[in-house]
Amino acid sequence: MKVKNKIKITVNGKQIQVIHNFSMKSLITNLKIPLNKIAIELNKKIIDKKRISKIYLQKGDKIEIVHFIGGG
Amino acid sequence: MVDRKLKIANKNFKSRLIVGTGKYRSFRECAKAIKVSGADIVTVAVRRVNISNKNKARLMDYIDPKKITYLPNTAGCFNAEDAIRTLRLAREIGGWKLVKLEVLGDKKNLFPEMIETLRSTELLTKEGFKVMVYCNDDPLMAKRLENAGAVAIMPLAAPIGSGLGIQNKVNIKIIRQQTKLPLIIDAGIGQASDASIAMELGCDGVLINTAIAKAKNPVQMAEAMKFAVISGRKSFLSGRINPNLFGSRSTTKKGII
Repeated sequence: MKVKNKIKITVNGKQIQVIHNFSMKSLITNLKIPLNKIAIELNKKIIDKKRISKIYLQKGDKIEIVHFIGGG
Repeated sequence: MVDRKLKIANKNFKSRLIVGTGKYRSFRECAKAIKVSGADIVTVAVRRVNISNKNKARLMDYIDPKKITYLPNTAGCFNAEDAIRTLRLAREIGGWKLVKLEVLGDKKNLFPEMIETLRSTELLTKEGFKVMVYCNDDPLMAKRLENAGAVAIMPLAAPIGSGLGIQNKVNIKIIRQQTKLPLIIDAGIGQASDASIAMELGCDGVLINTAIAKAKNPVQMAEAMKFAVISGRKSFLSGRINPNLFGSRSTTKKGII
């Protein structure tokens, strides 16, 4: 039986492990982040939020998930 | 006399007071102060989502971007690349094109790095952003920003968060005379009278964060700022008397007993 491989990715500066073939959509869903209130960067490129189910995470990917906070 | 509305990048705004959303004790207090201030533009910052605490409250849950204009800023950026990256992300969150550019050059005094600010203004304008620019109170740089496509010039009154009030009225007056763009004092306001003075100098608006958020009573201070901006604007439009070194009686001598 083939064991699912885990890969290491970095989300907002923190290293986490996800299973191989994990999609960006699964990541956002798992983190319980409302999609309409965020922007996502994958390896410094902004991701079209409509396409996140088609993006599969690769080993070493660096993801930034940002939102609005208070500021002057 | 009916005043014209504050118009920025072809959009009219009711209030001439823009309020920041940082430094409040809670989102609830922030939302209340904004409501009382009457502001219809609020500045916001772009930061990482806290992925460890999934239930943490979010600004957008308290201040509805459908009801109030969000003005994303570039707080914490020290060069054009970081500023552009930040504003592209802000645009991606919800389509914001009207933005506040703030490129700092010194971590202590928080003065703007004007060479990078100018470069960022050019690049962002080319990308279709409508850039309101935080800048120093230098009329020459203000002119360059205008030529680079800025939609509003936002000189500091004093260092960010200092509460020192307007330090260089002369420069603000000179910038006022040379530009038809919205001129908005951004940073350094300490109390309501500072906001009135800014408006009496002919500014189109005032952007205030710390003076409201860190006041002992932020909600009441928000209201004070609202009236100060209205009062200063009316005073400016009414045409003040000429200052005179000597007294001038208010009561006629005719009929004196």
